Amino acid sequence: MAELNSVIDLREIGSPSPTVDIALQINGATHALRIEPRVSLLDALREYLGLTGTKKGCNQGACGACTVLVNGERTLSCLGLAVQYEGADVTTVEGLGVDGTLHPVQAAFIEQDGFQCGYCTPGQICSAVGMIREFQNGMPSAVTKDVSVSIVELSEEEIKERMSGNLCRCGAYVGICDAIREAFDSGVMK
Amino acid sequence: MKNFAYSRAETVEGAVGLIARNANAKFLGGGTNLVDLMRENIEQPDAVIDVTHLSVGGIDGGIIELPDGGLLIRASVRNSAVANNPLVRERYPVLSQAILFGASGQIRNMATTGGNLMQRTRCHYFYDGTARCNKRTPDSGCDAIGGFNRMHAILGASDSCIATHPSDMCVALAALDATVHVQGARGERTIPFAAFHRLPGNTPHEETNLRSDELITAIHLPPLAFAKNSRYRKIRDRASYAFALVSVAVALEIFAGTITGVRLALGGVAHKPWRAYKAENTMLRAKASRETFERAAKAELSDARGYGHNNFKIELAKRTIVSVVTELAEAGGVR
Repeated sequence: MAELNSVIDLREIGSPSPTVDIALQINGATHALRIEPRVSLLDALREYLGLTGTKKGCNQGACGACTVLVNGERTLSCLGLAVQYEGADVTTVEGLGVDGTLHPVQAAFIEQDGFQCGYCTPGQICSAVGMIREFQNGMPSAVTKDVSVSIVELSEEEIKERMSGNLCRCGAYVGICDAIREAFDSGVMK
Repeated sequence: MKNFAYSRAETVEGAVGLIARNANAKFLGGGTNLVDLMRENIEQPDAVIDVTHLSVGGIDGGIIELPDGGLLIRASVRNSAVANNPLVRERYPVLSQAILFGASGQIRNMATTGGNLMQRTRCHYFYDGTARCNKRTPDSGCDAIGGFNRMHAILGASDSCIATHPSDMCVALAALDATVHVQGARGERTIPFAAFHRLPGNTPHEETNLRSDELITAIHLPPLAFAKNSRYRKIRDRASYAFALVSVAVALEIFAGTITGVRLALGGVAHKPWRAYKAENTMLRAKASRETFERAAKAELSDARGYGHNNFKIELAKRTIVSVVTELAEAGGVR
């Protein structure tokens, strides 16, 4: 079966090896892991690698607290199996800043009070970074009036729709939207 | 979650070969539904075959323009990539819109085209292991009938199951007469979209006509000039990130005040994406007027049945059809 990177031979399911050896690229570093295939990317980050910046909220894809960037695209780490992401470039909130300097979106969240308790914040920030890249790549949204033409303005309505996958129980949405607006308008990410 | 053996398929043949040799195996796409169901112990595969690394093709990104103007979308292309594809946005805006009205930005980045078709219902009784559910455990009964069934089906349901299909994307694909390309141990075949998903009948656990050894490899969108004038409308309990109570996908062509082309499909109302043939037949070659649209909506919902909490959906579906078709007729349906 040369076509398969088979970590377990499926013909031996009767006596499956409970763990697999994988290497994950996270925030620019390679991490070797021995884990069960059922371990989510979220649990691999938090429980195996000690990267607890990424938060576990609902663990069923409803809240967005576990959002990380996979090859630059925002992704729910609770709904992905860690083994699926071997070979991918994963960025967590710990990897956004460079040399001790906050990422512009992180700085804007502080400046605009984009949080209260802070639990949803790493997911909000990773989601916002991915969302701004999506907008810059021309991605339309459900509130885009005509998807056949390119969108020019990241309006407040567009920000709210595009960030609807991230819940904030404290209700800091006004500050979150202002922070995203500030980071986008500053042009640092352009 | 029960542990399982994981394997990453690099070719379609390899994936199909693996599933043919493993009775209790599942293909894994973006994981946005299957991983959740596995965590709830509703799905308990012994083996998981990851098909997200199957090549999506070269520079076309897995979305291929065909000589006749149609498109071929490979099954592993992510939902967000389909929604943002320039040819989809220009020629089939209803498909781009339907995807964008579903789930969240993160989930659309993960979910695959093939996986979207294989989504299972979000019926709460299906998810609740203590409830009776003919879909989860055949012949155990249905607690949605007589239970809290506000989200449930009004068309094509049975005494066994009143669950709905949750996809938005599939409603657009139904309206566009897409074809599903599949490959199994016995070779390749194509399935018309309307014949891909099943109504529940006495076997609600059989949700599609895909055979157990078959993998979805691509979706074909045939050319449809008037799909340029198409739209998706979704009615839900909150403004974003919620499943549909009712949704409508429509493409419309009007010439000299007469409807010369129409495609209509409904979401949130049945066990499968519901192609509204009765409404289409009522509208075709009729005068493009509100009266026609109302007659068409009434015809489509003539067999609808409510189960208590979801009775409102019958009127909601009619009004939504009339509203969105009227809007499209005024905005862009005129040739």
